[in-house]
Amino acid sequence: MARIIDRRMAIFLAGLFILTVGLPVASSAAAGELAPAYLVSLVGKYLCYALLAVALDLVWGLCGILSLGHGAFFALGGYAMGMHLMRQIGPRGVYGDPVLPDFMVFLNWQELPWFWLGFDSFWFAALMAMAAPGLLAFVFGWFAFRSRVSGVYLSIITQAMTYALMLAFFRNEMGFGGNNGLTDFKEILGLDLTAASTRTGLFAASALALAGGLLIARWIAASKLGRVLVAIRDAEERARFLGYRVEHYKLFVFAVSAVMAGVAGALYVPQVGIINPGEFSPANSIEIVIWVALGGRGTLVGAALGAMLVALAKTLLTAWLPELWLFALGGLFVLVTLWLPRGVLGALEDGLGRLRPARAAAPEEARA
Amino acid sequence: MSGSLLYLSGVSKSFEGFRAIDNLSLVVLPGELRAVIGPNGAGKTTMMDIVTGKTRPDEGEVLWKETVDLTRADEVETARLGIGRKFQKPSVIESLTVAENLELALKGPRGVGATLFGRRTREEAREIERLLALVRLEEARDALAGSMSHGQKQWLEIGMLLAQDPELLLVDEPAAGMTDAETMRTAELLREIAGRHAVVVVEHDMEFVRALGCKVTVLHQGRVLAEGSLAHVSANAEVIEVYLGR
Ligand SMILES: Nc1ncnc2c1ncn2[C@@H]1O[C@H](COP(=O)(O)OP(=O)(O)OP(=O)(O)O)[C@@H](O)[C@H]1O
Ligand SMILES: [Mg+2]
Repeated sequence: MARIIDRRMAIFLAGLFILTVGLPVASSAAAGELAPAYLVSLVGKYLCYALLAVALDLVWGLCGILSLGHGAFFALGGYAMGMHLMRQIGPRGVYGDPVLPDFMVFLNWQELPWFWLGFDSFWFAALMAMAAPGLLAFVFGWFAFRSRVSGVYLSIITQAMTYALMLAFFRNEMGFGGNNGLTDFKEILGLDLTAASTRTGLFAASALALAGGLLIARWIAASKLGRVLVAIRDAEERARFLGYRVEHYKLFVFAVSAVMAGVAGALYVPQVGIINPGEFSPANSIEIVIWVALGGRGTLVGAALGAMLVALAKTLLTAWLPELWLFALGGLFVLVTLWLPRGVLGALEDGLGRLRPARAAAPEEARA
Repeated sequence: MSGSLLYLSGVSKSFEGFRAIDNLSLVVLPGELRAVIGPNGAGKTTMMDIVTGKTRPDEGEVLWKETVDLTRADEVETARLGIGRKFQKPSVIESLTVAENLELALKGPRGVGATLFGRRTREEAREIERLLALVRLEEARDALAGSMSHGQKQWLEIGMLLAQDPELLLVDEPAAGMTDAETMRTAELLREIAGRHAVVVVEHDMEFVRALGCKVTVLHQGRVLAEGSLAHVSANAEVIEVYLGR
C-alpha cells in the first residue's frame, strides 16, 4: 500500500478530501454562503477534467503513447450519460412525447433507434459510458499497435479519430442530436439536477472518481506491469527482445485509460447540463496534453493538478479577457516547457526540496 | 546437421538491391562459444536480426533445434524460445534502476495479468543479487540505468541476457566502450557462461577474440569467408586482405 500511496499522493488526496467536504459546506445556506453556490458545479467540472488528465498521463507519461484523441473517449462517456438524461426527461419535453427526445420528434422520427434502447436504465448508461470508449480504444489500439504504429503517426491518427467522430456526431441522421447535442436535462436518479443537494452529490461523486482513478493509475504504475510500460516507453525494442508482447501491454493501458476518460465524461455532462459534438474537437484533445505537460508528465498527481490549474485560469481569463485565452494557454505551455521541464508539480517539489536539503529526490522522480 | 542448436543454410537478404547477407550458412551447437568477426558492413548484425526474427530473410533456412522455423517467428517468439540478444548500441531501460532492469529480464511469465498481479518472490530477489554480483554492479543496484557509464550499461545488458537464462546468447560488440581490464573481464565472463548456454559474440577487438579462445567465423559481404581457430583464420590470405591487414 505504501508503494501506491506515496507522500505526493497522500497530500493530494488529503487536499481533495478537504475540498470535497469544505466547498459544499462553505456554499451552503447554513454557512451564510461563504462561497457562491455555482462554485460546487464549477469545481466538480474541474475534477472531471483532472480525471481525464490522469487517464492521459497513464498512457502518455507511463507508456509514451501520446494520444491526441482522448477527448473522444471523454465525449463518448458524456454522450452515454447524456442519452440517459434525455430519456429521463420523458413527457416533460417541449413536444411532450413520452418516449422520444425532442430532437427526434422534430426530425419526425416515429420510434427510438435501437442504439437508444436500454438507456432509460441508469446502470445500463453507466456501463455504456465505460464500455463504449473502452471498446473503441480496444479496436483502434488493436489495429494501430499490431501494425506497430507509434510516435507522431499514432498521435496523428488519434487526432483523425476524434475529428471523424466529431463530423459524425454533427450529422442529425446519426441520432445524437446533431449540432445541438443533448441538453435540457431534468433529473438524475430521480433527483432534480438544479437542486443544490444533487449538485453536491455529483461533485462528491467526481471527487471520488478522481481519487479512484488516481489510485488505480498509481497501482498500475507501481506494479511490475508499470515497469514493463516504462520499458516500452524507454526502449520498446528491448522490451520486445525480453519477450514482452508490447502490443498487448499498450492495448491494456490504452483501454483502461479510455474507460477512465469515459467515466470523467459521464460525470461532467450532468454538471454542465449539455453535451454536443464540440467535445470531440481536436483542439480539446490537445488541451488535455497541455494540462498534463503543465502539471508534470508521468506524475499522475501533477496531471490532475495541471488540469485544475488550467481550468481555473481559463474560467478567470475568459470572464475577464476572453479573446486572450488561447494566447495565454499557448504562452503558458511554452513557458512551462522552457522553464519547468518537470511541470508545476516538479517545480513545487524542487522548491520544497531546497528548503529541506536533507531529503534527496527518490529515483522514482526520474522514472516518472 | 544433427544436434545443432541453430542452423542457417543458404540464407540471403537484400536491402534495396544491396545483398547484405549472401547465401550464408552457419551452424551453432548447444553450449558452443563462437566468435564472429568481419569488416564493417559484413552483415554480422543483420545475421542476428534474421535469427531473432527482426528481419525476414529473402531465402534460406533458419532452424532452431532442427525443428522450429525461425523465419516465421517474431522477436517476442524467438525470445520466448530461448534466444537472448545484446544490441550493438547498449539498450537498457534508462529510467528504471539497475535491479529493476534485471527483474524485468528474469525468466518468468510475460503476460499482462501476470505482471499486474505478480510480486517479486524471494527467489527472484536472490537471483537478482547473484546477477548483480556477476556483472559487478552491486553498488549500483538502486541507481538509474541511465546514469551508468557506457561500459556499465554493456554489463547490465549482459546481466539482463543471463537473467533470461536463454539457450543461445547473441552478443553484438560487447567490449565497445570498455577499458582493457573490463574487456578481459567480459571475455572471461562469456567463457564462463558458455557450456551452459551457447554464445555467439560479434567483436572487432582481436585481443578480446583471442581471450575467448574459441572457433571463429569470418564474415565478408554477407558470406562466410573462413572458419576455424583464430590462428587458422588469421593465416588465411583473403581474411588478411579484407579484414586483418587493413
Ligand atoms: N534495415 C536496413 N536497411 C538498409 N540497409 C541495411 C539495413 N540493415 C543493414 N543494412 C546494410 O546491410 C549491410 C550490413 O550491415 P550490418 O549492420 O549487418 O553490418 P555489420 O557487420 O554488423 O557491421 P558493423 O561492424 O559496422 O556493425 C550494411 O551495408 C548496412 O548498411
Ligand atoms: Mg553490426
